[in-house]
Amino acid sequence: MSWLSDDAVERLRSTIDEPDFSGTRYRVVGEIGRGGMGVVYEAEDVDLQRRVAVKVLAADLADAGGADRVRREARVLAALEHPGIVPVHEVGSLPDGRVFYAMKLVRGVTVGEFLRDAKPAAVLRVFLRICEAVAFAHAAGSVHCDLKPQNVMVGEFGEVLVVDWGVARARGDQSGRASGGTHGFMAPEQEAGAAVDPRTDVYALGVMLRVLAGEARPKRLEAICAKAAAASPGHRYDSARELGADVARYIDGETITAYRDTLLERAGRWLDRNRALIAVVAAYLVMRAVILLFVQR
Amino acid sequence: MIAALASDDAEERTRAFDTLVAIYWKPLYKYARLAHRRGPSDAEDHTQSFLARAFERNSLASYDVAKASFRTFLRALFDRHIANEMKAGTRLKRGGGETHVDFAAAEAEAARDHDRGGTPEEYFRREWIRSLFEVAVGRLRQSGPAADFALFEAYDLDGAERPSYRILGQRLGMSETTVTNRLASARRRFRQIVLDLLHEATASDREFREEVRALLGADR
Repeated sequence: MSWLSDDAVERLRSTIDEPDFSGTRYRVVGEIGRGGMGVVYEAEDVDLQRRVAVKVLAADLADAGGADRVRREARVLAALEHPGIVPVHEVGSLPDGRVFYAMKLVRGVTVGEFLRDAKPAAVLRVFLRICEAVAFAHAAGSVHCDLKPQNVMVGEFGEVLVVDWGVARARGDQSGRASGGTHGFMAPEQEAGAAVDPRTDVYALGVMLRVLAGEARPKRLEAICAKAAAASPGHRYDSARELGADVARYIDGETITAYRDTLLERAGRWLDRNRALIAVVAAYLVMRAVILLFVQR
Repeated sequence: MIAALASDDAEERTRAFDTLVAIYWKPLYKYARLAHRRGPSDAEDHTQSFLARAFERNSLASYDVAKASFRTFLRALFDRHIANEMKAGTRLKRGGGETHVDFAAAEAEAARDHDRGGTPEEYFRREWIRSLFEVAVGRLRQSGPAADFALFEAYDLDGAERPSYRILGQRLGMSETTVTNRLASARRRFRQIVLDLLHEATASDREFREEVRALLGADR
């Protein structure tokens, strides 16, 4: 065999790495990103003439149960029809044997980038929408198990999408344990390899809220974060829905379950919430006083 | 291949050893030349004697998959072998247990390699990848239609730039569709051959996955 040049070696490398889409309706346009399980490409669906994202199983996992994991991820996503969860179009095998699935192409940025320098209210509004999508998944029996800012995308029109369900556990999975996750966002029970449930996602959401809200968190918001990210699942919110409800109450200035207000704090918040009414009443009283004073003269 | 290297069945062991030699002799020789700065004849003797002793003494059977990849183990063993031979001032002269490989070609290749500033480990890995691909290309040439290989060679091996399918078709007297289909088939087979080779050259699923990543550069 003659010597292979460095150029040839690089080309052969890409030959092995590049998925073989011949015979499918997809033509690769470019690579979007790489994860533990596979590579996501932007592709043209030539039949429907639209751009899609195609996740292809990594070459090194082709023979190691990876195919089952990618198929399971596609099935989990297909079962979750929600505006906050990226929809799957198709799952199949490429001619080179690698499993793939096609999904909606999300054009946008990660939630972390989107919310950089955002006002606190905007952060909380986006966070509520993440909670809604995750709560929907919980109601459908799925636990994401890898929630973090990098796995939430905000699209061109402000749509919030939870992506990368590669390590999600679905209802009926034999093992209740997650086979991945991200250190720092993983709940203690997930790190320990124990069974996971919706409270495992609640933990990650709590950490995520801390990250998105930044360092200067008001006391009550920190209490929500602390309850969500409690070490013991029993001390957390039972679901993303409950967490979202508490955040909504916080936004509205109402009493939250994660924090016991003092009478003074409650009064202060009431005043804060009813500033306009108080201003009108005060103006009315001042006016009445002035009129009274004028009449007495 | 790794398990077969420790087999009691001499035929199975020989077959496994042949695969090992095919993949590793050239990286070992070049590694001795460039990383250890040995002269051509010394590097040749070190490579020959290392492979011969590895076969005779079954020293590769001591490989422990839990400790390192086979590639790393082999390189460490080779480092030790060179150090021992240099210390003792003795070398197994070519003759008994000789492996028949083209050292002159490897020397010409080593002479072409310039210093890229990497570590010896990186150099060994780079040459291991090159050698693995060379073996895979050889197997592809033997296993399929000559016309398919000619397409693969023109598209994936020759020149600095890939020709278009249309130009390839004109050059080889095929329609563009035929070029697309046959090239896809050849590349598919090449991919499978490389993965099969890596399966042969690793001892566990985990090592296989790590070596695929090393091959694709995903671990850098």
